[in-house]
Amino acid sequence: MASQNLQPVPEALSPEEQERAAQLEAEGQAYFDRVMADDSRIEPKDWMPAAYRKTLLRQISQHAHSEIIGMQPEANWISRAPSLKRKAILMAKVQDEAGHGLYLYSAAETLGQSRDKMTDDLIAGKARYSSIFNYPALTWADMGAIGWLVDGAAICNQVPLCRASYGPYGRAMVRICKEESFHQRQGFEILLELSNGTPAQKQMAQDAVNRWYAPALMMFGPPDDDSPNSKQSMAWNIKRFSNDELRSRFVGMMVEQVRVLGLTLPDSEVRFNDETRKWEHGPLDWEEFKEVLAGRGPCNAQRLERRREAHDDGAWVREAAAAYAAKQARKHAEKEYAA
Amino acid sequence: MTTPETHTAETTGHGDISVGVAGSGDSSASATRITPGNALRPEDIALEVRTGLVKPSEDVAEYALRLGDDALILAQRLGRWISRAPELEEDVALGNIALDQLGHARSFLTYAGGAWEKSEDDLAYFRREHEFRSAHLFEQPNGDFAVTIARQFVVSYYQFELYRRLTQSTDATLAAIAAKAVKEVDYHRDHSAQWILRLALGTKESRARMTHGLKLVWPYVGELFVDDELTTRLAGAGAAVEPSSLKADFDRLTGEVLAEAELEVPQTPVAPGGGRRGKHSEHLGYILAEMQVLAREHPGASW
Repeated sequence: MASQNLQPVPEALSPEEQERAAQLEAEGQAYFDRVMADDSRIEPKDWMPAAYRKTLLRQISQHAHSEIIGMQPEANWISRAPSLKRKAILMAKVQDEAGHGLYLYSAAETLGQSRDKMTDDLIAGKARYSSIFNYPALTWADMGAIGWLVDGAAICNQVPLCRASYGPYGRAMVRICKEESFHQRQGFEILLELSNGTPAQKQMAQDAVNRWYAPALMMFGPPDDDSPNSKQSMAWNIKRFSNDELRSRFVGMMVEQVRVLGLTLPDSEVRFNDETRKWEHGPLDWEEFKEVLAGRGPCNAQRLERRREAHDDGAWVREAAAAYAAKQARKHAEKEYAA
Repeated sequence: MTTPETHTAETTGHGDISVGVAGSGDSSASATRITPGNALRPEDIALEVRTGLVKPSEDVAEYALRLGDDALILAQRLGRWISRAPELEEDVALGNIALDQLGHARSFLTYAGGAWEKSEDDLAYFRREHEFRSAHLFEQPNGDFAVTIARQFVVSYYQFELYRRLTQSTDATLAAIAAKAVKEVDYHRDHSAQWILRLALGTKESRARMTHGLKLVWPYVGELFVDDELTTRLAGAGAAVEPSSLKADFDRLTGEVLAEAELEVPQTPVAPGGGRRGKHSEHLGYILAEMQVLAREHPGASW
């Protein structure tokens, strides 16, 4: 938000200055177009179209918010994890998500918006995060299903983002994808253990897969013919594959893995289409998706309230840290001045 | 280990504590770094116990149970901050500290269980309140961030002195667990000391809260330094440390931080404690109820 601090321009630009500005703009656009054509990278100080900046800011901040809100359903089970090893793994995983949120907020800050502003937008209900986290994590098996299905879907979405045209975003995604892949495997392992456990454990696992399957498929976003932003994002080399393409790939992976788990997908219409060479799935309830997106999901209010509460309760701590840092800086400056 | 001074040099704090680990000390001690591959894991101890390579004496097992329970109950408390901390960096930091404590707990409990053919999970999930041996400080509620920092400040300075000396234990497993833990706890000291300074010298409100937080936890400091027959026997054999022998270093080092923070050492009446004998506060029952509920719904299940 540095632009807000600039002094107002005293006078209108002269014709020469206007011409120079237009020329700079044209040069910037030409460079940007070449970067897109070469499938190369835009860095924070490069010229970029306002709409490109806005799209990225929206996407990266939403992604960051999703990591932070996404901590909640899993944090819900840290205190009750059924073995100490599982407790340690779960703690580490939720902690990773806080780390992912931090990288992503930092990447978004390179586009000119502060983390404070993004956080304010989130808790004011103005910013979105992935709808999937508005579903409740009801049993321990949900820790498995979230890792396997939700993180699995996230990986399908995110691996291509490692090549996103905006440098800081692509680089953040490389690290995030490595950790996500570990998260997915731990989710798979939880389900595998449950599936091979007692009948009650196996039932718990199947129930969780039944509940998370459809919401996970909807994480890829609306069908291609109803996804207004996709085309432009693909032209800008941010998005590499369409929502339906990624969803289909994901279904194919899950079909294989669910067999190893000894569980089933709650979808009798999953099949490989020999003509299109793509995996297909049964109909998804896009009305429900829109409802949850509009704030009418099972946990929307709860998730936002929890974030708001943590933020508000922590205000005095952040103020103290800032005040202390300012005092220290003053002290050091005085010391240097004296010396 | 009756005279720890002969084994180890006098502990120092962090030098200029306002700078922190990054500015002084051993940067490899940071708990945010990946532990080297040859570090001791609970699984390694379990294997040694299973194959008969090590077996703690009854006394050593009782002692390991105390240290393991302290760390476990604290990890359970700290874990609640994850997703609720004042800023994301603290979600990560408190999560790290909780993970470290949980790791220490798993090692100590695995080793203790070796005496009774019990696993870490048998001990964590299938004992009742009066069978836990943690001191009262560890079960104190999180309170606000200042209370958590006050508790963390006492714990980390206490554990650092304890583990530093335990690295010299004649019991090789206790020494190995302590050698890993002391590096991590050194980072915990740094974290808590820095927050003591920030909160005490930050704003009027934070100073009031920090003062109050210290007052709330201080009644439970005394119990940490009480000797009993078990510690006396083990210290005589060089396997453990007399808790009272840690007190002078603890007082000196916490005193330095409090002085820099312009805070008084709280003069609160000392609570009687009793955790080492299975006498606990009202809090522990709730902690265990939550921690154990799922494991107890499925006895014998594997996870």
